[in-house]
Amino acid sequence: MSRLIARFKLDFPNFQLDASLEVPVEGFTVLFGPSGCGKTTLLRCLSGLERCPDGFLQIGDTVWQDESRGIFLPVPKRPVGYVFQEARLFNHLSVDGNLNYALKRSSGKNASSRFDQVVNILDLGPLLKNRAHQLSGGEKQRVAVARALLTEPGLLLMDEPLAALDAKRKQEILPYFQRVQEELGIPVFYVTHSISEVLQLVDTLVLMEQGRVTQTGPLDEVFSHVESMPGSSALPIGGILETQVIRQDEDYHLTVLQFKEQTLYVPRQNVKQGSRLRVNIHAGDVALAVSPVQHQTSVLNVLPAVIKKVVQNEEDPYMAKVLLDVGAPLWATITRKSLANLKLKEGQKVFAHIKAIRMVHDLD
Amino acid sequence: MDYAALNFQPILLTLKLALTTVGVLLVVGIPIAWWLAHTGSRIRPIVEAVVALPLVLPPTVLGFYLLILLGPHGWLGQPFSALTGDPLSFSFAGLVIASTLYSLPFVVQPLHTTFEAIGKSPLEAAWTLGASKWDAFWTVATPLALRGYITAIVLGFAHTLGEFGVVLMVGGSIPGKTKVVSIEIYDHVETLEYTQAHILSGGLLIFSFLVLLTVYTLNRRLPVHVS
Repeated sequence: MSRLIARFKLDFPNFQLDASLEVPVEGFTVLFGPSGCGKTTLLRCLSGLERCPDGFLQIGDTVWQDESRGIFLPVPKRPVGYVFQEARLFNHLSVDGNLNYALKRSSGKNASSRFDQVVNILDLGPLLKNRAHQLSGGEKQRVAVARALLTEPGLLLMDEPLAALDAKRKQEILPYFQRVQEELGIPVFYVTHSISEVLQLVDTLVLMEQGRVTQTGPLDEVFSHVESMPGSSALPIGGILETQVIRQDEDYHLTVLQFKEQTLYVPRQNVKQGSRLRVNIHAGDVALAVSPVQHQTSVLNVLPAVIKKVVQNEEDPYMAKVLLDVGAPLWATITRKSLANLKLKEGQKVFAHIKAIRMVHDLD
Repeated sequence: MDYAALNFQPILLTLKLALTTVGVLLVVGIPIAWWLAHTGSRIRPIVEAVVALPLVLPPTVLGFYLLILLGPHGWLGQPFSALTGDPLSFSFAGLVIASTLYSLPFVVQPLHTTFEAIGKSPLEAAWTLGASKWDAFWTVATPLALRGYITAIVLGFAHTLGEFGVVLMVGGSIPGKTKVVSIEIYDHVETLEYTQAHILSGGLLIFSFLVLLTVYTLNRRLPVHVS
């Protein structure tokens, strides 16, 4: 398994990138942060489209960029596929032409079998003869992914490929990303400001804020290390729970999940019994109670929790952020008045009432 | 009418000049237009202004400076005659240089606009697919800029057909060498040979109209690729 080591500094008139990154080149890595935090710029630096005057980039044993030694591998020479937010298909060519453009310039053997495989994974057979500009947004992105894959990249970079699509189209494309992961096993670096869209796919999470990488690691590790719930914008999530599907409750149209020893109910999902499902809880959807008043409330999902930390800051003078341990880290935002009324303090046992569990289809 | 009196030499010379000039203009104009569309350099407005100068200068001013430049003692004329033994002014080569400068904005401006409209996005996509800059220029930028190319070629060609002042200053009117249609017409009018003047003028008018009509028709039919 190779690692990627990168250091990039770039000055723009109203923005500064100062990022260092060290992650395994493996599985699905998500660069996540609010709009304008520099994640797209970082991705462009990795591809070589943006060149930092004193940048450094090494993947495995190969140095791609080391300006102090005058090394810079030009974009076309990098074994990297890039999927842009706006697909950027060549409008003067057909879908077939776009795919062959990449294939012709790739060095690999077995071009035709690879072509068939990629076309098959992304279901592009019926579209091959179409002109690129006649496709829908979702189809364009599928072609863009296929085109990038045909360069036989060692690493696939994707820059918010779903951002321009509505929720329904996102739903249609996501399974394809999963198939690409499963069938080709190419490591992916994926930039997004909406983590729910790739929640089920994330292996490594890279958190970014104001041009800097603030946290790196596996999903749950990043969440437990986050010092405070970083800016209301960077992590609009309170926590992510790894659950298992127990059964479908047809009477109430619910799916029953198991998290640690606890049971959670979510609106019915199209998932198989026994499969794993990550769910996403917003900090604002968590209420705290000192006793398990489950029989007196309409809230279905209640988890016993221990308060790990209470954070109050001047930005939100009436709010407090509470880090809970429910078996996984979970942030709750409550008012300072409630904090005082309930006399909540660190180490105390409480119950987290979860008013809503965000599912993949609640893409934000 | 006395068609036999009609001299075809100026017509052929004019066509030869226009075609040669368009060829030279593409070689010179494409890199300039590309540079203008993609540079962040501070001297860009200066280059733009210089390229546009022939649009506003009287042809005689351009012709006057060219005459000095191309003359036996000029910066260009002297090395040229030292190499070839022939003077550059009052020669076909001199005419090509003059026409190229004179028609430069008509080629550079449409190309510049088109390259700018295409932008960097499709090129970046091509680079990430393994295309070198040169490869991406020919296989992505050029087909996308087809309309711009056609406009540039036709305007450059048509404008060279119609030039008069610069040619007169730089080339004189040496039959078979530098006497183009526009000057032939002038000579006919001076000597009151209105019939010949009519035939040539009408021919140039109809030809220019047809050329422009072809372009605008083509432009409507060619799909605009820039999204």
